Amino acid sequence: MTTVTKPTAPTPSSTSDSSIPWKRILLWLAIAFTVIFSLAPVLWQVLTSIKTNAAITADPTVYFPGLDQLTARHYIDLFRENQFQIYIINSALVSVISTILCLALGSPAAYALARLRIPGEQLVLGAVLVVTLFPYILLFLGLLEIVRALGLANNYLALIVPYTAINLPLTILVMRSFFQQLPKDLEDSAKVDGYNTLQMLWQIVLPMTLPALVTTGILAFIFAWNEFLFALTFMTRESMKTIPVAAAQLGGTTLFEVPYGPLAASTVVGTLPLVLLVLFFQRRIVQGLTAGSVKG
Amino acid sequence: MTQDYIRQREKRTGWMLVIPAVLLLLLVYAFPILRAFWLGFFTENLSTNLQPEFSGLENYGRMVQDGRFWQSIGNTAIFTVFSLLFELILGLIIALALDQAFRGRGLVRTIAILPWALPTALIALAWRWIFNAEYGVWNDILVRLQIIGDPVNWLGDPNWAMVSVIAADVWKTTSFVAILLLAGLQSISQDLYEAHSIDGATPWQSFRQITLPLIAPQIVIAMLFRFAQAFGIFDLIQVMTGGGPGGATEMVSIYIYATVMRYLDFGYGAALVAVTFLILILVVALAGLGLKRLQANAE
Repeated sequence: MTTVTKPTAPTPSSTSDSSIPWKRILLWLAIAFTVIFSLAPVLWQVLTSIKTNAAITADPTVYFPGLDQLTARHYIDLFRENQFQIYIINSALVSVISTILCLALGSPAAYALARLRIPGEQLVLGAVLVVTLFPYILLFLGLLEIVRALGLANNYLALIVPYTAINLPLTILVMRSFFQQLPKDLEDSAKVDGYNTLQMLWQIVLPMTLPALVTTGILAFIFAWNEFLFALTFMTRESMKTIPVAAAQLGGTTLFEVPYGPLAASTVVGTLPLVLLVLFFQRRIVQGLTAGSVKG
Repeated sequence: MTQDYIRQREKRTGWMLVIPAVLLLLLVYAFPILRAFWLGFFTENLSTNLQPEFSGLENYGRMVQDGRFWQSIGNTAIFTVFSLLFELILGLIIALALDQAFRGRGLVRTIAILPWALPTALIALAWRWIFNAEYGVWNDILVRLQIIGDPVNWLGDPNWAMVSVIAADVWKTTSFVAILLLAGLQSISQDLYEAHSIDGATPWQSFRQITLPLIAPQIVIAMLFRFAQAFGIFDLIQVMTGGGPGGATEMVSIYIYATVMRYLDFGYGAALVAVTFLILILVVALAGLGLKRLQANAE
């Protein structure tokens, strides 16, 4: 996306002009709201995760903990006692593999739908658009039956296959809009040079679409990392769980002592990879979301 | 002749490229939906030893009289309507702010999309902690500001629990709405506003007469996606309240999940999936028609 910087309204010279710059004030109020609204809940989680148990449950609430109220205990517990590294590996494995598969299946399809006139094209595109709206709860019962019939419970495939599929519509829509923007001359001259469609796709078109592949891949990774329902249903063995499920089930062990600290720490650990992705790829994420305008 | 041959080959290659993706989509999307409609005509639960027995419309007859089902539909409707309403208002404010030029806009935009990118289940944990009755920071802030006298049991009270899950959902998804609306705002030419203000229009009039009509399609698209997601909301509710207290926040998805996974009532669960699917498709079709009309008006 090209960021168009709009000309700023001339700011009234502050003291000589008696009129109050309402527009500027409103703008900064809205910006302050946006920042506080988006960050405060996350920062509270970070703060909770590094406070000692005594500080977490102290009354009045501790907003600025002293040095003696800080601890790394919750993070250490998370990895020593709750084996969180296993869940991180599971999440990473399933997300990365499904993202790669999704790009491998989705971009050729997107290219065909953008460039090769094939019968049934409108039908496929329409179907792709509609299924992006299906909530996962409509799918889990049928998928559960498949998983049971094939004996795939507690197998990475039980998540890799659905995750690949749920990201396909987005991949096809974003990649297709990208292919359509490529200059067609290049492909025409490649054809004249004797490339067939597959060679051309592999050797000429794909290298040019690397930025779009990165954009789509980031979105697919985010959706796979965040998925909860399938992971909850298909992975019942402790050693196969992904981060969102493992974190959500942390509290279940004792009824009376809720582990607030480790819970907060698990939230931080599980969201950190995504925070980094957003920090580095903000522009691409916005671009991909608007091109595909998919999912919430 | 050769032209025909090339065209024929292109078609074949095209289908070769599309078919793997289409097959996977059929397996993961089409099969479960069709299967739900089929299984909805059977009774398959503990009373039939989990074997499917054809029972016609029995599941649907049961649904009509199932108070818990209707309550879950009502809860889902309330949750969806209020979530979308607040997301639209807040999303529009954020989008309008991010559309202006100011120092540090890139950073603010990065911060603004953060909530959207984070895992809903983990965000639900965060909000459960914020709304904690004993140690929750939300109670502490409200008591300090003297808005409330005594701490409120947010997730333990039926009405407040609904307010709490709506608040968490609004936090999580407002940024998505803002991103889509911002794209719409950026496509509006600045000249339009200048001409309008030369004609003596106030900023409010410009907003009503230029901005809103021109981003109407983006509003509809954003609300369409948000509707589908909110209507099927699962992870946020499951982790924050589990549908409680006393079913006060039980959404239709939570009821479906419990029917299948806890009561092992697969036939009835399938019928619930089928009906939920039909409601969703109906609303989406209506919104789609509205969008077509908007786009026709814009031309």
